[in-house]
Formats: sequence, structure tokens, C-alpha cells
Amino acid sequence: MDLSAINPAVLFASLIVAATPILLAGLGELVVEKAGVLNLGVEGMMIVGAICGFAVAVNTGSPALGFIGGALGGAALSLIFAVLTQYLLANQVATGLALTLFGLGFAALIGQGYVGIKPPLTERLSFGPLSDIPVLGTVLLRHDLMVYLALLAVAGIWYVLNRTRVGLILRAVGENHDAAHALGYKVVRIRLLAIMFGGAMAGLGGAYLSLVRVPLWTEGMTSGAGWIALALVVFASWRPGRLMLGAWLFGGITVLQLNLQAAGAKVPVEYLQMSPYVITILVLVVMSARGGRAMGAPAALGRSFHATH
Amino acid sequence: MIRLEKRPTPSRFWVGATPVIAVILTMIAGGIMFAALGKNPFEAIRIIFWDPLFDPNLSSYSRPQLLVKAGPLILIAIGLSLGFRAGIWNIGAEGQYIIGAICGAAVGLAFYPAAGWYIFPLMVVAGALGGIVWAMIPALLRTFFNTSEILVSLLLVYVAQALLASMALGALRNPQGGGFPGSRNLAQYPAASNPELFAGTGIHWGVIVAFVAVIAAYVMLQRHILGFNIKLTGQAPRAAKFSGVSPMALVLICMGTSGALAGLAGLFEVAGPSGKISIDFASGYGFTAIIVAFLGRLNPIGILLAGLLMALTYIGGELAQFMLGLPKASIQAFQGMLLFFLLALDLLSNYRPRLAKREAA
Amino acid sequence: MFRRTLLATSAAIGLGLAFGAPVAAAGMDKVKACFVYVGPIGDGGWTFQHDQGRLAAVEKFGDKLETMYQESVPEGADAERVLTQMALSGCNIIFTTSFGYMDPTNTVAAKFPNVKFEHATGYKREHANVSTYDARFYEGRAVIGTIAGSMTKSNKIGYIGSFPIPEVIQGINSYFIHARKVNPAVELSVVWAYTWFDPAKEADAAKALIEQGVDVIAAHTDSTAPLAEAQKAGNVIGFGQASDMAAYKPSPRVASIIDNWGPYYIERIGALLDGTYEQKATWAGIPGGEVLIGEITEAVPADVKAAAEKIRDDIAAGTYHPFTGPLKKQDGSDWLKDGEVADDGTLAGMMFFVEGIKADIPK
Repeated sequence: MDLSAINPAVLFASLIVAATPILLAGLGELVVEKAGVLNLGVEGMMIVGAICGFAVAVNTGSPALGFIGGALGGAALSLIFAVLTQYLLANQVATGLALTLFGLGFAALIGQGYVGIKPPLTERLSFGPLSDIPVLGTVLLRHDLMVYLALLAVAGIWYVLNRTRVGLILRAVGENHDAAHALGYKVVRIRLLAIMFGGAMAGLGGAYLSLVRVPLWTEGMTSGAGWIALALVVFASWRPGRLMLGAWLFGGITVLQLNLQAAGAKVPVEYLQMSPYVITILVLVVMSARGGRAMGAPAALGRSFHATH
Repeated sequence: MIRLEKRPTPSRFWVGATPVIAVILTMIAGGIMFAALGKNPFEAIRIIFWDPLFDPNLSSYSRPQLLVKAGPLILIAIGLSLGFRAGIWNIGAEGQYIIGAICGAAVGLAFYPAAGWYIFPLMVVAGALGGIVWAMIPALLRTFFNTSEILVSLLLVYVAQALLASMALGALRNPQGGGFPGSRNLAQYPAASNPELFAGTGIHWGVIVAFVAVIAAYVMLQRHILGFNIKLTGQAPRAAKFSGVSPMALVLICMGTSGALAGLAGLFEVAGPSGKISIDFASGYGFTAIIVAFLGRLNPIGILLAGLLMALTYIGGELAQFMLGLPKASIQAFQGMLLFFLLALDLLSNYRPRLAKREAA
Repeated sequence: MFRRTLLATSAAIGLGLAFGAPVAAAGMDKVKACFVYVGPIGDGGWTFQHDQGRLAAVEKFGDKLETMYQESVPEGADAERVLTQMALSGCNIIFTTSFGYMDPTNTVAAKFPNVKFEHATGYKREHANVSTYDARFYEGRAVIGTIAGSMTKSNKIGYIGSFPIPEVIQGINSYFIHARKVNPAVELSVVWAYTWFDPAKEADAAKALIEQGVDVIAAHTDSTAPLAEAQKAGNVIGFGQASDMAAYKPSPRVASIIDNWGPYYIERIGALLDGTYEQKATWAGIPGGEVLIGEITEAVPADVKAAAEKIRDDIAAGTYHPFTGPLKKQDGSDWLKDGEVADDGTLAGMMFFVEGIKADIPK
């Protein structure tokens, strides 16, 4: 076995790409949960985003329009969840699971005519000679636009949540919806918008899968990415920066174990398959052991809000 | 403008009426979808809801199959509902189901080819223990480190699936299977099998245990102090603490019970209808059971009915697929719609819609 | 999903060899044929190809054939129910297209002696109305292995394996043997994906191989993701798997191995119609047309193409077997003597690599 054959810079570059779909979806869910809503339907929204993005890109020939289509598709599906949980006060866990079931079926129905088609190519951005800088160029400057947008979204969401009035209101709604309501904020409307934002981000993540990362459409192609995005949010204790690190860690372990195999390292594969999940659990334990509220879980997470006056 | 007014107690009328209305609305919406797919909507709806129960050719077989399909769903959902009532979110029943099956099957296979009345009971114990152990991981982490049991139990599903694959390919692989993956078929090893107990009824041990669980849960919630504590913790955690309920003990009891029942469901499935440990053994019962638990409003009788309804849509959905050439995806979407309508209309049993008037509520 | 594994025709397995008298009765005017699929038809691979076979039969027989199918049927308890419901609703012949349906097929067959059951990739024929069929995919691997060995510039070729089971291991061995034959310097990297179908993971696996300097990739998983990854890398080639994957012609997809079930389905349904149906175990390959080599594109030099086509034609003519000695096992022990040909029993249970492969089979 020759581990020197693994180039850390190349590995890092591929894990950034591998992490992008779960990063996008995770960021969306983070905002949703900050608003006090637990939407377990990320997988369903991702796959609807994947087919909507794919269909739009194939029909228009434009990957950019495809990504917009994916975001709209995810947002549209999340609207079902929003209406059920916010207006009809349905249980969020059950509704989220039902959303995934429906999304998987619905996406497969739309996608019937799109199997075996190649989508238009999403270009990598050109940074000219900069992309050839050793290490830095390899890691950072050879990606497509969506990778950078996802990184920008990390910073943007952090800024909005922590430094703006909108973020303050959103967090207030997530911490104590009764108090926020008493202060005159439209709890339901704010949560509705947060849910749709989450849907749009999940849709973007799905579209990134079907347009860039894989690129193809097949039924069930997200194969669990939405669940990983959900895990990431808690792993990150609801902080965008940590979410990014978590996504990289998660993508990194998968990429690393495949690279180790390809390099001929004798690794116990079936146990490595579990390793991302086990490591995530360990990190969860370490972080939660450090103290209750420091976890940052929104206090009203998962609870329905009904204005009594 | 319509506003909602919370009912002091759930409306008895609407508790009964909403599922019926939801099914009717699903038939309409689903019918539109089937028509859009170019199929006769009336025929599709009839095949899904009517044929499995009453078709002269099929029903004698399909009706018992309802129990086979609903058994594990009900068993798992009953266990989950206890925790859900107390605000303990075990959503990793799928993992506990898998581990229960692996442990139970391992015990049975260890005895192969011996005969003995004690083998199957030992497997049952091992299955339940396996489920408990897997559920205790998130339970203990929550009690000692305050780690989210939602996430840990969910992540452990993936670990369990990886274990399942390695078992099917490694330790439990059938040594006489010529290198093929998958264990021996327990259904063909009498001492370890979970057969149909009464010919033509579909009833196996798992179905019986599911019914027992429904009754036990009902009695416990109505009569036993534990049931009271569970309900109290769910509705008013602080009050529960003051009245002497140990939250730690409650987490362990609820997670343990749901793990045990999920493990049992896995064991009964692997020794009976499924027959062997294979990479594909897990078929999502653990997740579907969460939906069943909520559809049944966390009530044992409700769960029984919800489990049967879900089983009907599965079996009727299968019939509709091959009789009409409907894609499986349309059945998934149909089930999703049914759940949406049921969840949405649930509102009516707890709230009273009122035209808004300017007055103090 | 254990859909494709191998048919053991050999007595080594010792099961289901109780061939009784042929159960075929007189011919039929009209046949209702039913298919059980393990994945969605839209998987673009395994199930898609079975459905293409069904459609070929529909086209051939027209009004005399009615078909029904059900997709994404989980292996295990659900399969037994689906099979029974199909038999109850009047199917005359039922094709179960995945390894995991083996026990359910035999169980249900016992209850419906007048219905014919055809199980793909398994080895149990416990009742007179159960036949089995499979394809020798390793024959196709010999052809693309020849291309891989000739085309690689880095002398590193890769293989994305799904699960370590005999069918996949046959494929890896056949691919490597024929690459080595034309290029003694070639090295093989194997990545186990532990899935039949997970496009993102397949893409990652392909990428990992490419980063290790591999420039020819073969996959035993079903999606086009590895080809898409090869295309992104630019100077890497690969092969269509299960279906032709023509969208990636002429490069990176330079050839393909196509599962072609149509001829078999037509043969069996035809036999049922004209009354010549008999129980049998079929393990056909390139000669029978069950394994097709898709067009070898102009990206392949003419001499390499000719060499690959010669292997294909020799296999088709029955004059060449991909596992012909002298061959040693990975540990250096002798396997086949000079000119000796592997028997089907050994192939069916193949759990070892041949000499020269550095990778391990996970235990």
C-alpha cells in the first residue's frame, strides 16, 4: 500500500464538492430549525429539487435555470409541509416523514421521461492562471459557481442570523413563539417563509446532485443525503460555520475511505462504511456533554404554535 | 377569516369522522392523479381499497396478508407511541428492528441443525435484547450526556444497515449457499421458524404479540401509574418532575420498551415471512411505524386501525401496480397524500373552526 | 440488493437437480407473462434492461401475449405476496428477476404447480415448474479487459465493485486477466462501494480511482455516474454497464456490456405458446446473445478494437473460454493447468482473486 499516492490537496478539493449538496440542504434546515420548526422531509425536498432542476436544465439547456427550477421545486413541496404544520397544526415529525414519502414518489413520477439523459454541463469557473497555483488553486479555485455560492451562503446565513434584525426575529420565534407573538411578530408567517427557504435550499442541494455531482437522473438518487443533512444541523449545534465543517468531515470520510481503497490500503471496508455515522455520534456526545444550553437547540423546536388570543 | 378554538377535549365525532373523510379526499385527489397517468381512476381506487378485502379470487389470500403486513407496523408503533407521549423521540426503530433480527437469527443459526422446543423462545429473547441494546445507546447518551436521541437513534439506523450487510456477507452467511450472500432460511428450519399458526389466516407469533402489545399498552395507559407518568411527562414535564417521576428512568423505560418491541418485530419477520438475513432485509417498517403511531394518534386502538389501513394501501397498491401497470412511484405519492389528508384533518378533532368575531376568546 | 448473482448449474450446489418429467402441456393460444422487478424501471440499468426484454417479447408476440409487471419489489416477505397475487390473478409464467427472490419463488411455485416460474440468477429449482436463468457477464469483462489493458497510459486500471460476491469477483478476475494478457505492466485497483446503486457514491468511487492515477474504469454498479466522472476528468475512459449508456459515446464510454434478456424471454414464452416448454437451467452469455458488447467507438485504436472483437467472436464461437489455464490464485497456488478451463461449479462459488491482483476480498 502506498499512502503517499493520496494527494491531500486533491482529496480536499473533492470533499468540498462531495459536501456541497448536504451543505446546501443542511443550511436550509438550520434556518428552519432556528425558527422552531423541525422538518424531517429534507430527503423528499432534495429529490424533488433534483428532478425539477434536471428537467428544467434539460429542457432549457441552461444549468443556471435548472438550479432556479430545483430551488422552486423544493420550495413548492415545502409549502405542503408549511400549510399542514403551521395552519393545520399537524405534528411536524409525522408530516416531515410523509413529505419524504410523497416527495420520493412524486419526483419519480415527474422523472419518468428523464432516465438516461445527460444534462447540460455546468461549467467550472475560470480563474485563469490562478487555478494552477499549487495546493491553493487545486483546493479552492477549480470549482463551479454553486460551490462558491454554498460557501457564501454559510457566511450570509451566519450574518443574517446573528447580526441583523431579521435574524433576531427569526431566533425569537424559534426560542419562544408565545413571547414573539405577544411582541406582535407574525409567528406563522415567519415560520412559513423559513420553511420555504429551507425547501429552496434542499432543492438546490438536490439539483447540485443531479446536475453536477453525479450528473444524471434516476429514481431515489439522493439515497439518504437528506437524512445526513438533518444530522449535520444537530452536529453543528445550529451554527452555520460548524455545519460547513461537519459537511466537510462527513464528505471527507466517505471520500477518504474510497481513496484509501483505491490506493490499495487494506482497510476493513464494511466498518468504514459505518464510520461517518459513528464519528458523528461521538462528536454529538462530546458536544452535548459540554453543556445543555450551549447546544443551541431552539427552545420551541418541533412545537406547534397556535395563537390563543 | 376563520379562527381556531381549542376544544377542551377532543371531539368524539370528529375523531371518528376525520379518517373517513381523509380517505374519501385521498380517493378524489388520487383518482385525479391516476387519471392524469392515463388509467381509469375508479378501477384504480377499487383495486386499492376493495379488491384486497372482497375480490373473490384474491381476497382469501390478501385478507390474511393484511395481518402479516400490519403486524410489525403495529408492534413497532405501539412501542414508539409510549416514548412519543412522554416526549422521547426514538426515530431509529428501523435500526432496532434490524439488530433484533440479527441477534435472534444468530441464536437460531447457532443451534442449527439441532431440534429443541427451547430454540425459538431463546431467539425471541435474543431479538428483544438486541433491540433493547440498540435503543439503550441513544437512551443512555441522552440521560448521561443530554445528547439528542432523535439524531443518535437515526444515525444508528445506518450503522445497523452496515452491520446487516456485513452479517449477510460474513458471519451469518449460509455455509452451504455456495458463496452466495444471505443466511440459511430460518423458515425452513422448524425449530427456529415462526410459521403461520392457523392455516390461511396469516397469523404468526408476531401478529399475536402485536395484539397483546395493543391490549397491554391500552391497559397500562388507562390504569397503570407508569401510563399516567408517561402522559404527565409529555404534557407537563415540570409537574411530572415535582410529582416524583424520574425523567431518567422514564427515558430508559420508554426507549427500552420501544427497542424491545422493534427487536421482536425484526425477529418475528426474519424467522417467518422474510426467512433470512439478507442485505435487503430491512424494508422500512421502522420508519413507516412512526407514521402509523401518529396516524393512530398515539392511542393503542388507533394504532391498530392505522396499521391495518397502511397495510391495506400497501397490498392494494401492489395489486393496482401490476393489474393496471401503475408505477410504484404513484402508489408512494398516493400514500403520501393519504397521510397529508389524515394529518391535516386531525385538526378538526382538537380544534373548532369558528368564523372570527371580535370578542375575547 | 442481491439481484444478480450466479446460476450454479453444477452439481456442487446439489440443490434442485431433481429434474422431473417436463411439465409442459399442449400449446396455448394466449399467454399472460408477469415480471417481478427489484428496482424501478427508471434505474437505467438492471431493471431497465429486464423491462426492455419484456417489451421485446411484447413486440414479438403481439396479441398472443399479455404482460404485467411490478417494480421495486423488496426481496423477502413482500416478494412472496406479490408472486402469490400474480399467480392468483392468472399469470401463466412469472419471471422473478433478482437473486433475492430465490426462496419466495420456490415457495410460491409449490402452491401453483400449473404456473411456470423463471428465476434469474439463482440456483434452486425445487419444483418441476421452476426454471432458472442467468448470463455470463464475465465473458463481456474479457472483452473490455482487453480494451482496458491496451488503452491505459498510466498502467493503472480500476474496478468499482458492488459487493464481494462470486458474480462480481468473476468479473474482476476476467477483466484483470485479459488486461494483463495484453499489458503485463498493468495494475488493478478495486474499490468496493457496498451498494448496487448510489450514484453519488459511485461518482466518489470513480473520482478516488482517478485521483490514484487510474485512467480506465470499469464498474459493477448500475449508474452512469462513473462515466460522468470520467468525462469530467477528460483523459479517462470507461464502459457502459448493464445498458449501453450511449449518451457518453464516443468517449469516455468506449464500449459496453449490455444485459440482453429479450431472446430468453421470447424463447421461453414462445415455448409456452407452442407447447414445447420444459424446465431448464440456462447460463448463457455472448454465444446466446444474452450478453452483448455495445459498439466499440472510434476512440479505440483499430488494432485494439480488432483484438477485442476477436475475443468476443471467439467466445461467441465457443472456441475460447475467459478462464483458461495456466492460471494461479492470488496466493500463488495453482488453479488451472495449461489449457484447462474453469468448471461452472468453481465459477459459481468463486471467492478468490487470481494471481497479480493486489487488492483483498473483504471478509
